[in-house]
Amino acid sequence: MKLSLRIWRQPDADTPGKMVSYEIDDVSEDASFLEMLDVLNERLIAEGEDPVAFDHDCREGICGACSLMIDGQAHGPQAATTTCQLHMRKFKDGDQIDVEPWRAGAFPVIKDLVVDRTAFDRIIQAGGYISAPTGTAPDAHAVPVPKQDADAAFSAAACIGCGACVAACPNGSGMLFMGAKVAHLGLMPQGQPERHTRVLGMVAAHDEAGFGGCTNTGECAAACPKEIGLDVIGRLNRDFRKAAARAA
Amino acid sequence: MSTDFYREGEPIADTKAPAGPISERWEKRRFSGRLVNPANRRKLRVIVVGTGLAGASAAATLGELGYRVANYCFQDSARRAHSIAAQGGINAAKNYRNDGDSVHRLFYDTVKGGDFRSRESNVHRLAEVSTEIIDQCVAQGVPFAREYGGLLDNRSFGGAQVSRTFYARGQTGQQLLLGAYQALQRQVAAGTVDLHTRHEMLELVIADGKARGIVVRDLVTGEISTEIADAVVLATGGYGNVFFLSTNAKGCNVTASWRAHRKGAYFANPCYTQIHPTCIPQSGEHQSKLTLMSESLRNDGRVWVPKRRGDDRAPGDIPEAERDYYLERRYPAFGNLVPRDIASRAAKMVCDEGRGVGPGGLGVYLDFADAIKRLGKKAVEAKYGNLFDMYERITGENPYERPMRIYPAVHYTMGGLWVDYDLSSNIPGLFVTGEANFSDHGANRLGASALMQGLSDGYFVLPNTISDYLADGPFEPLGEDHEAVVAARKEVDDRIAFFLNNDGDRTVDSFHRELGKIMWEYCGMERTDEGLRKAIGLIRGLKDEFYRRVKVTGKAEELNQQLEKAGRVADFFELGELMCIDALHRTESCGGHFRAESQTEDGEAKRDDEHFSYVAAWEYGEDAPVLHKEALEFEYVKPTQRSYK
Repeated sequence: MKLSLRIWRQPDADTPGKMVSYEIDDVSEDASFLEMLDVLNERLIAEGEDPVAFDHDCREGICGACSLMIDGQAHGPQAATTTCQLHMRKFKDGDQIDVEPWRAGAFPVIKDLVVDRTAFDRIIQAGGYISAPTGTAPDAHAVPVPKQDADAAFSAAACIGCGACVAACPNGSGMLFMGAKVAHLGLMPQGQPERHTRVLGMVAAHDEAGFGGCTNTGECAAACPKEIGLDVIGRLNRDFRKAAARAA
Repeated sequence: MSTDFYREGEPIADTKAPAGPISERWEKRRFSGRLVNPANRRKLRVIVVGTGLAGASAAATLGELGYRVANYCFQDSARRAHSIAAQGGINAAKNYRNDGDSVHRLFYDTVKGGDFRSRESNVHRLAEVSTEIIDQCVAQGVPFAREYGGLLDNRSFGGAQVSRTFYARGQTGQQLLLGAYQALQRQVAAGTVDLHTRHEMLELVIADGKARGIVVRDLVTGEISTEIADAVVLATGGYGNVFFLSTNAKGCNVTASWRAHRKGAYFANPCYTQIHPTCIPQSGEHQSKLTLMSESLRNDGRVWVPKRRGDDRAPGDIPEAERDYYLERRYPAFGNLVPRDIASRAAKMVCDEGRGVGPGGLGVYLDFADAIKRLGKKAVEAKYGNLFDMYERITGENPYERPMRIYPAVHYTMGGLWVDYDLSSNIPGLFVTGEANFSDHGANRLGASALMQGLSDGYFVLPNTISDYLADGPFEPLGEDHEAVVAARKEVDDRIAFFLNNDGDRTVDSFHRELGKIMWEYCGMERTDEGLRKAIGLIRGLKDEFYRRVKVTGKAEELNQQLEKAGRVADFFELGELMCIDALHRTESCGGHFRAESQTEDGEAKRDDEHFSYVAAWEYGEDAPVLHKEALEFEYVKPTQRSYK
């Protein structure tokens, strides 16, 4: 198939970027979106041009490295699908496709489509863990966990940290990401002792990193490739209010 | 003989594993190894390269112990290491099911599964430690699957007769890695671990015979810097991407290991490669990686190809009588559930006969029509729904209506840097953990054992063994002007300058693809003397062309993904050649290494214990590699020949 691409090109963080048009006419509909960009890059290199930089790694939808706003949608038009799992058969011959990086204050552009998502790591550093130094654990069966809690914790823990929620949010909020971790750990009995310090620390790091507050529009959940629901934000808010009241 | 490709050197031995009853060896070693006083630990610096299961767990644990840790990964976050993609589960000898499991049984199964090419001492320790791993992960909040009573669920995996596999849906690797990642981030916040993301190790610094540091490139700015420490731990994963197409992540590479190898670290058993039978086949030349479909699909799917060569009718139009359910025909006892290597080779054989299906004839059908008829679509959906969805997303075909197409793909590499019982390489101060070392899986890894080994090494083994080495530290400070540092940096600078200045006209990927095809054709599922010799010639020729014609755009002082790839592919060329030499010298078949010349009358792998019961540890040589043999002894599990007829 033949496509017209408009891709955000930006040489580095300090230089303004712009959309650049590329025509590409030998795309297989069985190729993934990233493989389509590979084909374009092979051509650009052959022509002596700088290839388009983008983050990717596992290409099976689990590492969370890939990103891309495709026609204004985080990870493109297919629901519950990361960009690396999106295939070209979802597009039509002759389509024009806009490809941009995640746009959020807390995710500055590094080059082209590559952004800096280390703010997510800083949120986890501020409390997104259970303190259990190696060797201190009791037998795994010492603490039973009701199946429904374990299953709900798993669903929240399925977050891949890609940042689509932030990119989709009109306010650049990281609350779905943060809520997913607060829910995962808060649903497990092991996570109770640090439940309050955790949420206070994470929220402070979230705000410090420049993420906005929740807008309640739900774009984040709609964009999430792992279908994490808005309920985790409800949980986050409840835990935060409780913790803040205690701390006051 | 193949000695025109290598020289034989002195045999080597693992000098750290204690003698005596196997179940007491780990305890003995922990007692005989020296300790480091807690007050002295903060004076000792340890570099850990890699943040997968083996790296993040080691870095976090060493940080908790009070060492000063510098941890590096090339990804933008430590959470993205490829351990995250492991699906199936993690083994542990908990015997929670009361079905006869024990540490000894897990040890026995692993030695046998490795086709008697691993060390008994190491494997026994792995089985012992397995139970602690589960405890540790549960304490971290890893959401394992549970029963209604709130206790952990287990399943049988990879043909094991006991249910010892713990799992978190099909995302066990992700959940275990996030547990280790969170423990690591906690240490980053505590200030014990300096974490450097988007940094790639490009050289090892050895001074006075000891591994003392690494040279890294900041992948964003291009800045080259040196990190000096008292010990270096490589937890940099496997090298399956030498095949270009594999189930590995795109960034997985051998560079850290290979740079260490060039500096003297032995590379053991490089030819042992695991090929997974149920992957989604290649759809065209654009293909960039292969996706694994869980092996559990073979429990209900039936594998077949048309009887007639070149039969290009749609699968539904091929009548029963004209189908060949070749696994059921050739292996009536195990049928579609034969082990990974047998299923893979059988698929290759029918495709080589011209009976393969799909693009290029490189695929076989995995048909669920009978299962749907027998169990109903609903039941099949409940069991495999997520896998069917993934298949449809990638291929655009509906597996409820049309049989899946599958084909084998490279999945895991059992070989790696040689280590002793302490996980120390032959270079003092250089330790290697996880898939990057060769130690525990022999010639073939069992399902759900990779996660176990990565976490065993990182949480429990390395933190206990490294202290014996660090007890002699801190070592003499090394300045930026030390000759070893200057030389290592120069090597890195020269290599980068070479690629950027080369007046080439071919992309890095085009070379990598071509190398991968050579490896897959001649050093893949089936290897022959003739093919391997041919491959070595082809690799050498292509490598020459690579250095003449490779084209890398851009500058050194920026995010330059082509430059990153060029260095990795250059190292894959050298590794690929060594893999072929190793495969050529090992004229027996064992585990993931099948030599067509060494098979039984039924076409099964035939070991040659008399001549090959050893670890092949290769020393780098400018002209030819040097083979050091480490003899393997089996006191507890007597070698037998397997049969699945």
